[in-house]
Amino acid sequence: MTKYIGKSMSRVDGVAKVTGKAKYAAEYSAPDLAYGYVVCSTIAKGKITRINTDEVLQIPGVIQLFTHENRPRLACFDLNYKDQDAPPGSPFRPLRDEKVVYNGQPIALVVAETFEIARYAASLVKVEYEQEDHDTALEHNLHRGRGPKSGVASLLKSPPPKPRGDFEKAFQAAPFKTTGQHIHSVEHHNPIEMFASTVVYEKNGKLTIYDKTQGAPNSQMYVAQVFNLPFKDVRVISPYVGGAFGSGLRPQYQLFLAVLAALELKRSVRVSLTRQQMFTFGHRPATVQNLSLGATADGTLDAIRHDAIAETSRFEDYFEIVVNWSGMLYPAENTKSTYDLVPLDVFTPLDMRAPGGVTGVPALEMEIDELAHKIGMDPIEFRLKNYTEKDMDQDLPFSSKELRECFRQGAERFGWSGRKPEPRSMRRGHTLIGWGMATGIWEASQGPARAEAVLTVNGKLRVTSATADIGTGTYTIMTQIAADTLGMPIEDVIFRLGDSDMPLAPIEGGSWTAATVGTAVKVACEDLGKKLFKMAQKMKNSPFADVKQDDITFADAHIRLKSDPSVAVSLLDIVGTNGGRAVSETSTSLPSMLEQRKYARAAHSAVFVEVEVDEDFGTVRVTRAVTAVAGGRILNPKTARSQIVGGMVWGISKALEEESVMDHQFGRFMNHNLSEYHVAVHADIRELDVIFVEENDTIVNPLGVKGLGEIGIVGMPAAVANAIFHATGKRVRSLPITLDKLL
Amino acid sequence: MNRFSYSRPGNVDTAVGELTRHEGAKFIAGGTNLLDLMKENVERPNHLIDINHLALKTIEDTEDGGLRLGALATNADTAYNDKVESRYPLLSQAILAGASAQLRNMATNGGNLFQRTRCYYFYDTGTPCNKREPGSGCGAFNGFNRIHAILGTSDENPETRCIATHPSDMAVALAALEAIIRVTGPNGERTVPIADFHRLPGNEPWLDTTIQPGELVTAIDLPAKGFPDYYAYIKLRDRQSYAFALVSVAVGLEIENNQITDARIALGGVAHKPWRKPEAEAMLVGKTVTEADFQSVAETILSGAKGYGHNTFKIELAKRAIVRALQRAAKTETES
Repeated sequence: MTKYIGKSMSRVDGVAKVTGKAKYAAEYSAPDLAYGYVVCSTIAKGKITRINTDEVLQIPGVIQLFTHENRPRLACFDLNYKDQDAPPGSPFRPLRDEKVVYNGQPIALVVAETFEIARYAASLVKVEYEQEDHDTALEHNLHRGRGPKSGVASLLKSPPPKPRGDFEKAFQAAPFKTTGQHIHSVEHHNPIEMFASTVVYEKNGKLTIYDKTQGAPNSQMYVAQVFNLPFKDVRVISPYVGGAFGSGLRPQYQLFLAVLAALELKRSVRVSLTRQQMFTFGHRPATVQNLSLGATADGTLDAIRHDAIAETSRFEDYFEIVVNWSGMLYPAENTKSTYDLVPLDVFTPLDMRAPGGVTGVPALEMEIDELAHKIGMDPIEFRLKNYTEKDMDQDLPFSSKELRECFRQGAERFGWSGRKPEPRSMRRGHTLIGWGMATGIWEASQGPARAEAVLTVNGKLRVTSATADIGTGTYTIMTQIAADTLGMPIEDVIFRLGDSDMPLAPIEGGSWTAATVGTAVKVACEDLGKKLFKMAQKMKNSPFADVKQDDITFADAHIRLKSDPSVAVSLLDIVGTNGGRAVSETSTSLPSMLEQRKYARAAHSAVFVEVEVDEDFGTVRVTRAVTAVAGGRILNPKTARSQIVGGMVWGISKALEEESVMDHQFGRFMNHNLSEYHVAVHADIRELDVIFVEENDTIVNPLGVKGLGEIGIVGMPAAVANAIFHATGKRVRSLPITLDKLL
Repeated sequence: MNRFSYSRPGNVDTAVGELTRHEGAKFIAGGTNLLDLMKENVERPNHLIDINHLALKTIEDTEDGGLRLGALATNADTAYNDKVESRYPLLSQAILAGASAQLRNMATNGGNLFQRTRCYYFYDTGTPCNKREPGSGCGAFNGFNRIHAILGTSDENPETRCIATHPSDMAVALAALEAIIRVTGPNGERTVPIADFHRLPGNEPWLDTTIQPGELVTAIDLPAKGFPDYYAYIKLRDRQSYAFALVSVAVGLEIENNQITDARIALGGVAHKPWRKPEAEAMLVGKTVTEADFQSVAETILSGAKGYGHNTFKIELAKRAIVRALQRAAKTETES
């Protein structure tokens, strides 16, 4: 039954990607294509008083300059601008009016016959402003914190849990306690592929849009609603995405500008952003967290307080689940947590890999490490003593939780038993060696989705769903699921995605695509199987005429009798009875909410890290790391391992290097290129090891998968920081831990 | 990027002549820095003179026992050249500490000397910068200055203020080696000691070097003394590769019978040019390796250093790096 699921398989789209056959949004062309280049503001707040339009229009090759002054009338309600990932508030509208609300705001689009002319002309656009005072520094505005507004998005992102017990009393009485302030910097997603939209203006006036997105239907809905177009006249195609990490969950401003220009000029237009412009929209928000933990004399974690304040824009309340994790990890009786936002003159933050999780969990896990150290307990022993079998806040058992096994297998692989507990106890010359560990967690969710399964006249299985593959392996695992469900050889299965004409799937994020779209693919293939079986029963001399569906199986592109597999009809023969037409079925899968809501559902990990710290220079190297993951059923160990390794690499980056630095004089991010915005390079990464712990879960979804997109990163930053503490005796609570913080 | 014309002269004299004729023209070799700056609208040459076809790619011995590095030899070819590796390992190491393999394959020795600061404000036309737009101010002075200079800055007059650093690793090693830069200009050839090639910002922060308009670097001469036995290049940065130095130190020592007979120490990442302090070097000469006080040498080099907030840590970091580099060069470093 499962010939492919669970097997290591190379990516089905791998060859296309490495040979350049896979085309990305900016690589599609059209006859008479025009090129747009975006002009961004250089002030953070104020008004545009003048733009030298006439001068720019005189440059040969320039077609038009779009600004707030000459843009067409557009939808006027906020609702029209809301995409599937829009937080509560009033979405940003490019070229809306003369107001500037953040530094880097798109304020004009130059359209020209070539990209180079557009870029040159854009450099000659002179903008005069009337500046107003701006406020961009979270740390100076913590007093302005207030709770987030609620909206549709808050259904998916739960508010802070209600307090339990009496934190103050328990904390005061605790013989062991720790308190710390954790500061996390802004990060930008920086996928290798920059945002781009190629809008093809078809002869009939319809639009075919090649967009970089994590959800073609999301972009389609946005364009149709903003520009008041019928959905059928807007088709968004996005078969390949060169990384996104959450940045593609919302349509970015180049899509708006490219569509606007195409409609106005009645001509195909491409707008692509530069690397520098990749720093001019959503980002992981700066966050300040205060944690206080208290334990009893025997090492029972008794009190947890977790307060977070994050930045958001003045126009939308982006918020994350930062303070809700401790109730899923530790059974403390006395807890209190708050989550507040500070609106600043910045663009609205945006989901980035493990949003909230890789903010809240590392802070918690660093304090857990600190508390274990104060008590004098081994960090694993402390976690095992304070292990919870249920989600304390929701009072629900876990659908499955093999975290103990993650600790055990991870520790064994790492050699944790050889650790000397005292900080600074392991050294070689100038080099201090540290071993640290931490726990990771991410919720396992499933959404509704649709998929179509088609058996073609030549016996191939074609399955489609309008989801995305941002490099995670969606193409591959869906192909595996489809092949196994209908017993087809994998080379006869084609899975397609990334087209708004396909059956609807939600935006690809939050580690839910394997569960969500995987289930839809499974259901569509099962439904197609039922249809094919009925057709087989009606065939002349059918061996299945009196057989029940339960008695047959799909194998080797045949329907076979379970009790006697030699009794079989080939799928090709069945489709042959359909009058030269393919056989298709479109199905919707919905999560079984009634069952699922009785359980807390999450993937877990245990992460182990070794660092070397040069005592004089404060330079840190992660020399090896082991992550043990309990992530439900692993559909493809090869792509799964890539997911986890990618998360680990980013976790190292986040712990040590990654930071978008804003100059508050200008309210502008200054290190806006990949030379100065540091992410880990090959030389930073040594040995990374991944263990998948066996975990059977029949509740989480019909496939038993938990999703692996986020769990790889969540535990990593704290494990690195805890290893640095073990090496140096210094507890650095502000990320990234650059060398100056260890001098 | 502005529009520009392009030419590809066949010899040095033609190249120099073209540069003299075209006001606003620039030479282009590897283009690893210039093209980025043009895309960002920081450099706006109206004419590019492609010098990649000039015969300046060789690396050959000089009559006085030194080595001549062609201006158009790539950084990679120079770093991996047998003679450089054996006679000037300090230079080889410094070059390989810079950029990435791809960039070193393109970047030339002459171009490396002319690369411009990586100051964020210099690169961002949306912010003030006296180096880019004379008189517009210095964004870094009160801004994000983590990568900026601590020595030899110009910080008094707001209109000429500049705390940028020179980003090259290669130039730091060349400073320690006391390389001589060979230049051809409208008035013929001249030589410039590396110490005089780059300049401090002073009242003209827009000028990085003392090279005159119309001049072309043709070669870098390395003197015979290459410190192949006792040397160290230490580069401290935010990641293991493809990051500019927060602080780098090049040290070359000559040691005879355990006694230091010559010492060179050059710092990168701390000033508008590779930084040397001859009196600090003199403190080492005549001392035995064990009696030399590396800490005092470091203090002397950093005397007068000034931090601007985010970069103040560099003062202490530089001292520690100097001590370590001296220990490593003198082979007294604690085993790590």
